Amino acid sequence: MQFKKTSSPYLHNNQNISLVMLQVIYALIPGILVYSYFFGWSILVNIILACLTAVASEALMLLLRKRPLAFFLRDNSAILTACLLALALPTLAPWWLIVIATLFAIVVAKHLYGGLGYNPFNPAMVGYVVVMISFPQYMTQWLQPHAGLDLSQALQYLFLGELNAAISLDSITSATPIDSIKTGLSLNQSISEISASPLFGFWGGAGWEWIAAAFLLGGLWLIYRGIISWQIPVSLLLSIVVMAGIFYLADPQQYSNPLFQLFSGGTILAAFFIATDPVSASTTPKGRIIYAVGIGALTFIIRTWGGYPDGIAFAVLLMNMAVPTIDYYTQPRVFGASGK
Amino acid sequence: MQSKHKLFNFHGGLHLPGHKEISTGQAIGDVFIPSRLVLPLQQHIGESSEATVKEGDPVLKGQIIAKANGYVSVPLHAPTSGTVSQIIEQPVPHPSGLSATCIVIKPDGKDEWIDLDSSADYRQMDPSALRNRIRDAGIVGLGGAGFPSFIKLNPGAKTAIDELIINAAECEPYITCDDMLMRERAEDVINGIRIMKHALQARRCLIGIEDNKPEAHAALKDACSKLGIDDIEIISIPTLYPAGGEKQLIKVLTGKESPSHGLPLDVGVVCQNVATAAAIYQAVTYNKPLISRIVTLTGEGIKQPGNHEVLIGTPVDEWITYCGGYHDSIKRLVMGGPMMGFNLGTDKIPIIKTSNCVLAFGEGEADAQEQQAMPCIRCGACMDVCPAQLLPQQLYWQAYARDFDKIQDYNLFDCIECGCCSYVCPSQIPLVQYYRFAKTEIWALERDKKKSDRARLRHEFRLERLEKEKKEREERMRKKKAALKTGKDEKTKDSKKDAIEAALERVREKQKKSQTQTKNIDNLSAEQQKKIDDIDARRNQEQKDSTS
Repeated sequence: MQFKKTSSPYLHNNQNISLVMLQVIYALIPGILVYSYFFGWSILVNIILACLTAVASEALMLLLRKRPLAFFLRDNSAILTACLLALALPTLAPWWLIVIATLFAIVVAKHLYGGLGYNPFNPAMVGYVVVMISFPQYMTQWLQPHAGLDLSQALQYLFLGELNAAISLDSITSATPIDSIKTGLSLNQSISEISASPLFGFWGGAGWEWIAAAFLLGGLWLIYRGIISWQIPVSLLLSIVVMAGIFYLADPQQYSNPLFQLFSGGTILAAFFIATDPVSASTTPKGRIIYAVGIGALTFIIRTWGGYPDGIAFAVLLMNMAVPTIDYYTQPRVFGASGK
Repeated sequence: MQSKHKLFNFHGGLHLPGHKEISTGQAIGDVFIPSRLVLPLQQHIGESSEATVKEGDPVLKGQIIAKANGYVSVPLHAPTSGTVSQIIEQPVPHPSGLSATCIVIKPDGKDEWIDLDSSADYRQMDPSALRNRIRDAGIVGLGGAGFPSFIKLNPGAKTAIDELIINAAECEPYITCDDMLMRERAEDVINGIRIMKHALQARRCLIGIEDNKPEAHAALKDACSKLGIDDIEIISIPTLYPAGGEKQLIKVLTGKESPSHGLPLDVGVVCQNVATAAAIYQAVTYNKPLISRIVTLTGEGIKQPGNHEVLIGTPVDEWITYCGGYHDSIKRLVMGGPMMGFNLGTDKIPIIKTSNCVLAFGEGEADAQEQQAMPCIRCGACMDVCPAQLLPQQLYWQAYARDFDKIQDYNLFDCIECGCCSYVCPSQIPLVQYYRFAKTEIWALERDKKKSDRARLRHEFRLERLEKEKKEREERMRKKKAALKTGKDEKTKDSKKDAIEAALERVREKQKKSQTQTKNIDNLSAEQQKKIDDIDARRNQEQKDSTS
């Protein structure tokens, strides 16, 4: 009898990229639901628009690059990028802002670098930074909690850029809590004065703290499932807590407390979902810790002293750049190598 | 005997579905004599044996048919009585699927032994005599690698052996031959271990057995108490693939790490397989050579899975037919386990000393390699499970880029090819295949390099010689020039005149010589003179013709 020949091992745990990406998307769902509870339909509409753009541009790039279309579209990676990007962008955003950011993420940051697995930079963060630098005025329009728009209003704003005459944009939007601290401090207000504003909740931004908690839940589930390793989220969050803690203890009226730093902005989302993107992150156990501590430290620095409202995107991209060097110098000790 | 023993962990590893129950249901099957036995001369690591019989020779069971060739080699014995029908190239069990020289024996059915020496007591034999006996019995490591066992029992006078470790882990799924051996022949195993311990003068002896084999564990324990032995520790270790890897098992039992490019011997440990122990017992005590072994036949593609004692050289197809044949669902045939074994392209291949399992996968049973691979997403799952603590993903990139220098910086040769990385890869990349490819390429490069080194040496020697000659020539020229120059300065004219004079003198001398010298046209005989005249006449005539 003759048989087909292949190489061992012949067993596999049946894990695949498509399933991995899908589980990360599932883990985002609680956060997305809480988000839309506080801020209405806009976020859902944004996510759908970003996903459609991502899948279309992914398909186009695969065709141009003569790659098997169905095979790669099934991997769900473009959809995950789109979800993360939509969650990072402001809730009230014009359609073209979302489309440009997504196109940049998929076309430039992903496919022009070689597609899945070859991008040195986190695609979602590249897309975010491009629109952040190009259209800064649109990046500050954040809805106030429970000022949410219904579906028709959300669609109207998204595509026409206008609202009913009854609602003025100023009445429903505001700066983010992190941004307002920065502005307040520059006006010589103290932290306790600034945090008296209704923008602030129990320990983070009003509404945002609960969204962050929901993302935390999803993130912990991912660690439990073994989809992400603990090193990146834990060290990223710890480094922010330590840095914020030192400055908070030194001067509580000039620096916000560590808990606020954790539960506002995109800290939790970034720690569990963005910095953990395996392609652009460090892969060695020690390297992951260095990489994540770097992101945490840079985030705190940019937030506190930088010119942008939130520094996570820049921190992630900067550390992406350092990954090859980190990986090179943090190779684990090989079994039986001297110097245990 | 069985005390609380501190265990250690090795990095990574996998909890794999065992599938062991498929083949442990029935006792070890009897030996059967096939219609032909195909015995490759190379069944072990080292030099292949050298045939001592020729076609047509009658052989008896246990007779040497090929002798050891060099130190790292063992002899080969006839597994039954019969006639040597052929010595030819035949397909052998090897991943390459290539053929090699084999002695083919046609059994006569009498199964007649040669005269065996009377049985011996190992306690009366010194270690070197024991080793010779083990070597002469053709015993190699039966766990899979097939390294001649007597060499491992020869640590050298200077090395003290702290631990003799017996590998009873049998960590690969599906395989149960060691398990069944221990259940049924535990006393052979224990006796063999005592012989090895004696040969090595080891301080202690530990048997490492995975906790998924309670029956075998109990059998070993019973055998120890029956034989009144209390200096062998039987230690249950957690079932975690690849705990049966030599270096991993040593780590688990002793906490010692064999050096990255070294041997267990470097940390005072010798590791042997249980089946090897049983074979050594038979060889030393009864002088019986290694002519059969226990092999597992299992998988969904087999009608009656189980373990059998199989004569070395039995063709797999005949054996499987004898055992009831294939199911219709048979899809793929593997020699060895599902993680480290290799595909057989055909079943017309013999069982050899290192064959522990024949695995027939049915439809849908093991389709890992059927999937199309996605790009690596650097998730690091491979690194998390690697028992050698390597960075499989980096090794993959370097192999992919054919950077064979850098891949060695990432310690390619510490890879034991256990397959854990491929098992967990979400991109379904056949990682181990890349490492095997890189290893083979590097070996080939090293061979080429040795060859080209020789050529380069020759070339360099030639260049050196040419350079030397050139220098010598230049030196001569320089001396000549210098001589001329100094001449010019002092007595230019005189020397010129002298030179001319000398030259003229030489010419005169030459002329004088030529005049005095006899020429070949002097002293001619009449006949010769006539010939010359004729030729001259004809020449003149021809000249006239051509001018006219």
